[in-house]
Amino acid sequence: MADTIAPTTPSQVVAPTQGDVHTEEMLVNMGPQHPSTHGVLRVVLRTDGEMVLESVPHIGYLHRSAEKIGEHVAPYQYVPYTDRMDYLAGMNNNQAFALAVEKLTGLEVPERAKYIRVMFAELNRIASHLVAVGTYGLDMGAFTPFLYCFREREMLLDLFESACGARLTYSYITIGGVTDDLPDSFVDVCNEFLDYFEPKIDDYNNLLSYNHIFVRRTGNVGVISAEDAIRFGLTGPVLRGSGVKFDLRKAKPYENYDRFEFDVPVGEPGGQGDIPRGVVVGDCWSRYYVRVKEMEESVKIIRQCLRDLPEADPKEGICHKKSKTVKLPDDEVYLEIENPRGQLGFYIKGDGSAIPARVKARGPSFCNLCVLEFAGRNCLLADIPAIIGSMDVVMGEVDR
Amino acid sequence: MTQFSVPWKQATPVEYRGPARGIVALARIVYSLAAPIVSRFPGPILIGAIVVTTILVWAHWVVFGIVETIALSDVNGATRSLWDQTLTVTEIGAYLDGKSVFGTGLIKYLLWPLQIELVRDLVGLGAIFGLFNLIPVYAIWWERKVAGRIQSRMGPMRVGGWHGWAQSFADGVKLVGKEDLVPAQADAGLFRIAPYLAFVPSLLAFLCLPLGSYWVFRNVDVALIFIAAMIGVEVVGVIIAGWASNNKWSIYGAMREACQMVSYEIPMTTVLLIPIMTAGTLNMVQIGDLQSGGWHTWVAFHNPFTFIAFITYYIASLANCKRAPFDLPESESELVAGFHTEYSGFRWALFFFAEYAAMFVVSGLAVTLFLGAWHTPLPSSWAFTEDSLIKIMLNGILFSSPFWFIFKCMIFIYIQIWIRWTLPRVRIDQVLYSCVQVMFPVACVALVGHAVWMVTLDGTTISKIIQAVLALIGAGVVVSFLSVAVYGYVNGRRMVGYLAVKQLPGS
Repeated sequence: MADTIAPTTPSQVVAPTQGDVHTEEMLVNMGPQHPSTHGVLRVVLRTDGEMVLESVPHIGYLHRSAEKIGEHVAPYQYVPYTDRMDYLAGMNNNQAFALAVEKLTGLEVPERAKYIRVMFAELNRIASHLVAVGTYGLDMGAFTPFLYCFREREMLLDLFESACGARLTYSYITIGGVTDDLPDSFVDVCNEFLDYFEPKIDDYNNLLSYNHIFVRRTGNVGVISAEDAIRFGLTGPVLRGSGVKFDLRKAKPYENYDRFEFDVPVGEPGGQGDIPRGVVVGDCWSRYYVRVKEMEESVKIIRQCLRDLPEADPKEGICHKKSKTVKLPDDEVYLEIENPRGQLGFYIKGDGSAIPARVKARGPSFCNLCVLEFAGRNCLLADIPAIIGSMDVVMGEVDR
Repeated sequence: MTQFSVPWKQATPVEYRGPARGIVALARIVYSLAAPIVSRFPGPILIGAIVVTTILVWAHWVVFGIVETIALSDVNGATRSLWDQTLTVTEIGAYLDGKSVFGTGLIKYLLWPLQIELVRDLVGLGAIFGLFNLIPVYAIWWERKVAGRIQSRMGPMRVGGWHGWAQSFADGVKLVGKEDLVPAQADAGLFRIAPYLAFVPSLLAFLCLPLGSYWVFRNVDVALIFIAAMIGVEVVGVIIAGWASNNKWSIYGAMREACQMVSYEIPMTTVLLIPIMTAGTLNMVQIGDLQSGGWHTWVAFHNPFTFIAFITYYIASLANCKRAPFDLPESESELVAGFHTEYSGFRWALFFFAEYAAMFVVSGLAVTLFLGAWHTPLPSSWAFTEDSLIKIMLNGILFSSPFWFIFKCMIFIYIQIWIRWTLPRVRIDQVLYSCVQVMFPVACVALVGHAVWMVTLDGTTISKIIQAVLALIGAGVVVSFLSVAVYGYVNGRRMVGYLAVKQLPGS
C-alpha cells in the first residue's frame, strides 16, 4: 500500500538521506508495551537515527472475538459486549448497536428515552474527548492537563453512575430505550456540571492548546490532506481535522439530532482567529483542536436536551416492552453513527430467530489507524507519538 | 505446608555485588532498626531532626571559626600556623574562657581534634555527603508535593505522618530492596559502572560549591571550572548507561543526551564567562563575596548583558539537568524511560540522586554567580559587630549564611519543578535549534556587550542608573510572583471551581 500512494503534502522535515549524515538503519518495536501507544498497539519503526523512514502498525493483541460472540447471544445480551469495544465511549457504542437493532426490527423508542440517549451520547463524547485531549498532552510531555481532564471526567462518571450504576461499561442505552429513568436531581446536577465545565475548556486551551511548545510540536506534523483523508476512509475528528466538514449527526441525522443546533468544527489554517501560527489544515494540532471544539458543541447539545427533556409517560415507560423478547426478521441492516472517534457502524443479519446470524462492526479506530503508515513516514521519532495520539485510537475496538 | 512446584524455572534473585552489596546490607539493617521507631514517633523525630540539623549547622560554623581564629592568632605571643605547633586543650580552654560560650568544658575537648586537617576533612566530607543525600531526598518529596498541588491533588500524605515527609526515605528503602537486574545481553561491566559515573561527579561538584564564605570544603581558585567540568562528566555516565543496556530505547536516550550536551554546553559555558569577567576571578568564594553589598550589587543586575546572561544560563541549566522541557534523554512518552529503561533498584536510585543533586549544583551556580550567593538582599555593612554568640547567629541569619544559599537554591529548584509540570517537551531538533541558533548568539552578544560595558561604562552614572533600574525590575518580578501566589492561595478554591473543590480530600 505504501508504494502506491505518494504523499501529496510534503512533510515538515527534509528527506533524511540527502547529503546529510545518515547512519545504519534500525528496526525498533514500539509497543505492544509502550507508554504512548494507548494500549497494545505495536508499531514497527524503520529508523535512521532520529528519523523514522517507515512505521507499520501491527494489531491483534487484544482480540476477543467480539463479533463472533454476537452470533451466539440475543441482541439485548450483546449490548454489554459493545461496551468493551470502545471502552472510552460505551454509551455511543450501545447507541449504535441499539439503533441498528431497532432499525432492523422496527421497535419504537419512547420520546424521553431518545432525549436521554442523545444526552448521554454527548456526555460520553465529552468524557472520551477529555481522555483524548489529556493523554495527548501526556504524549507531548505535559502531565498536568491530563490530570485536569481526568478530574472533570470523574464528575462525568459520577453522572453516569447516578443514572446506571456503572462508571465505565454502562450498557445503559439498550434495545428500545434506556435501562432506567434518570434520578430526580439529574437535571440540576448536570446543569451544575456544565456551568463548571465550560470555563474549563478555556483553561485547557490556555494551558495546552495555545502553548508555544505544544504548537511547535504538533503544528505541521503528520499532515493529511483532505483528499488523502477521504481516500483512506478516515472519519470523525481525524477527517474533520483535515478540513472536511462531514459529521453524521448533521449529514444523516439519527435519533433526534435534527432538532438541535450545533456546529461542526473543522481544521482551519493557522494565523486566523484563535488558531495559532504554524498550524496547517490536517496536522496533529488541527485534529486535537477539533476535539476541544467538539466538547463545546456537545455542551450546547446537552443544554438543549436538558431544556427540552419531555416528562416521562408512565404508560410508555422508558424502554420498549418487547426489548428483550424481540425476534430478528430474515433481513439485514447496516447503520452508522458518529462515535467520538468517527463513524461506528453495525451490520446485523437476522434469520427469523432471536439470535442474529451475523454481527459486524465497522470501527472508526481501526479505519483511522491505517493512515499511520502514510502519515508516519519521514518524520522524527518524537512525531510518532504525536501522530498516534492525534488519531486517538482505542485498541479494544481495533481488535474487536 | 505443601510445596507447589511450577513447570518453569524458578527465578533466583540476583545478588548485589561490589559496593552496592555493602550499602544494601547496611540499609536493610538500618531499616529493620529504625522502621519501628520511625513509625511509632514520626512527628517528634521530624521536629528533632530539624532541631538537631540546625544545631549542627551552627555548631559547625562556630567551631570552625573558633579553631581558625585560635590557630592563626598569637596564643603564646607569636603568630603561627597549624603545623608549627599543636594547640593543647588548655590553650583552647584559656581562649574560650574569655568568650561567652556555653559549655566550655566540653567544647574544648571537641575542638582539639579539629585543628588536625585530616579530621577537619573527614568532618567536612561527612557533612557534604549528608547534604548530598539529604538534598535529593527532600527535593524529591518537595517535587511530589508541588506537582500534587499543581495538579489539584495532595501528593504523598501517608508515610511519616505530616504530609508524607518520610515518603522519599520509604522509597529509598524500597529501591535498595529491589532486585538488581542486569539484562543478559547487556555489557555487564559498563552497565554496573555507569550509575556511579553519573553519581560521583555530581557528588564531587559539591566539594567546591561554597555554601558560605567559610562554608566550602576546598576553596579552589579554579572552582568554577572544576564544577563545570564535573557537570559535564556526568553526561558520560548517562551515555555509557544507554549504550551498555543494549536496548534500542536506551541508545536513543544516550544519543539524545550526547546531542543535547554538545548544544547546551556551548551557550552555558559562554555565559559563565560573564560573572568571571565581572569578578576577575574563578574563585567562587571571591565571586560570592563581591555581591555582599545588597541585592542591587548582585551580578545579575550589573548591566543588561548580565541580566540576559542569567536567563540564558538558567534555560541552559534546565537542559543540563535533563529537566522538562528538555527531558529528552528520558522522555517517558517517547523512549519508554530513555537511558535508564533497563535499570532497577539501587542503580536506578543512583541516577535519580545524581539528577536531583545536579539540579542543586546548577541552581547553586546560578545563585553564586548571578544572585548574591549566600548573601541576603540587605547590604552586609549593616551587620552587627560580632562580640557575642547571639549577634554572630543573628548576622548569620540576616546577612550571610548557608541557609540563605540553600533557600535560594530551593527557590530555583522550585521553578524547575514548576516548569516541568507546566510545559510540554520540545523535540530534539528544536533543542538543537534553540541552543545553537538562538541561545548561543545571545550568549555571544551578551559576552561581547559585557566586555565593552566593562571597558567603557562601568562605574559611570549611567551604569549606576541602569543597575538601579535592573535591580528594581528584579525586585518587581519577585514581588509580582509573591502577590500572584498570595492571590492564588487566598482565592484558590474559587478559581478551581466549586465542583472540583468538593472532590478534594478533606473538604
